[in-house]
Amino acid sequence: MRTFNPEGHTAHAFDVELNDVKHKVMTMGGLVESMVHNGLQAVLAMDESLGLQVMEDDHQANQFELDIDEDCTRILARRQPAASDLRLVITIIKTITDLERIGDEAEKLGRIGVKLSGESNVPTYYNDLHHLGEHVKGMLRDALDAFTRMDVEAAFHTAARDEAIDKEYANFSRLLISHMMENPANISHALDVSWCARSLERIADHACNICEYVIYLVEGKDIRHSNLDEMRKKLL
Amino acid sequence: MNKENTVPALDLEQDTPTEQTIEEIVASLGDTVGQTRVDNPKMSVSNVDVFYADKQAIFGVDLDIANNEVISMIGPSGCGKSTLLRCLNRMNDTIPICRVTGDITLDGEGIYSKDTDPVLLRARVGMVFQKPNPFPKSIYENVAYGPRLHGLNRNRADLDDIVVNSLRKAGIYEEVKNRLDDAGTSLSGGQQQRLCIARTIACSPEVILMDEPCSALDPIATAKIEELIDELRENYAIAIVTHSMQQAARVSQRTAYFHLGKLVEVGDTDTIFTNPRHELTENYITGRFG
Repeated sequence: MRTFNPEGHTAHAFDVELNDVKHKVMTMGGLVESMVHNGLQAVLAMDESLGLQVMEDDHQANQFELDIDEDCTRILARRQPAASDLRLVITIIKTITDLERIGDEAEKLGRIGVKLSGESNVPTYYNDLHHLGEHVKGMLRDALDAFTRMDVEAAFHTAARDEAIDKEYANFSRLLISHMMENPANISHALDVSWCARSLERIADHACNICEYVIYLVEGKDIRHSNLDEMRKKLL
Repeated sequence: MNKENTVPALDLEQDTPTEQTIEEIVASLGDTVGQTRVDNPKMSVSNVDVFYADKQAIFGVDLDIANNEVISMIGPSGCGKSTLLRCLNRMNDTIPICRVTGDITLDGEGIYSKDTDPVLLRARVGMVFQKPNPFPKSIYENVAYGPRLHGLNRNRADLDDIVVNSLRKAGIYEEVKNRLDDAGTSLSGGQQQRLCIARTIACSPEVILMDEPCSALDPIATAKIEELIDELRENYAIAIVTHSMQQAARVSQRTAYFHLGKLVEVGDTDTIFTNPRHELTENYITGRFG
């Protein structure tokens, strides 16, 4: 597999610009990762203040997106990057869109956490939500790690986990439906939790996208909209 | 001797402080990456070596030039791209110490064979140079010179047609139609370059070679020449040497990257500029050279 190094330009200022923008993406990644953690926690603990904090953090994530977009536009205009530099800038532009949307999903989790605060009963299906949440958080963390290290191998294995999360989400949705059918009084709460699960599943999709961008960046191969077998073939 | 051809040795000393000879370094570059051959090539370069006295400037290059296509040749100074370009219409014949081995064909016929008249060859394979070099004659005479020399016109009316058509194709006719008797040198740099292109076209070439045609021009004149190159592609095979990678990316369909006299990689311009396969190509087009 190929390696990727954003440094070594004859114009050192270009190295600095690319590294700066890459670091900003990593910081933004750290922010949305903590937002997802806190959003999930706000729902599970029905914690209003934590939920409000996530909603507040979303403004910061949005601002990151604007700043990084501007940096990338400037680099495109002034440096006219080619080959791996071009792929890096494209990858960053696409990655921050997914990160911003992850932030939006985390914000939804926080909002539901605020809404649920004051509830006293902890439903049994919270364990399953917790389980799904941990899987998604792990996948997001590994996707961000793969981005940081520009690691194709890790990106591929992380992207491959999306399927398992989709299945877990489907199972969890069925579980929620059975709870709603059992007792219509559960419907309102179960619907909120269903939205949370939906957000988590979407976050995993965005993490999967980030892994695909990493593969594009390093290998120059576009493996989007491929199943695992097709991905493997394209990467061989 | 052109100054550029003396550069490889200097570059080599700077880049490789080791004891390696240029031959060893070139051998370490491996085979050319990408498709050197195309279907129905207009010109075909096979296993060409070029020497300036005992110094080798080009190492075993294979490359096809296709009809209706612009191929750009890029690479650092001294990489042999201009040397190879000049081999394509035997301009190197004018350098006594230059020796070319291997085969170069035009429509399947060897251009270095004894039967080939270099003057006729240069009518079929025209060349545009880095600096606009109009003859110290009128605009009309600049364009008429070639056709008259090659006897392409039967009478004055024919010649007038050739001149007007050539100036039109070169996109300069509207600017000079009322001053055809003015000196060619009275035009601006960009206009002079288009006049030189008109002069080349007037000989009805099949291939046009361009050696950094825009390096002495401002961005507007450059844009006009690039637009012209794109139009000329419909009727000619074009090979262009350029130091501007953006220009190569803009005007060409295929790109060839040279390094130390070796063709390192050739491929679709789209691929070369987004995902080159050879590390040296990547380093060069991303500005990581030297």
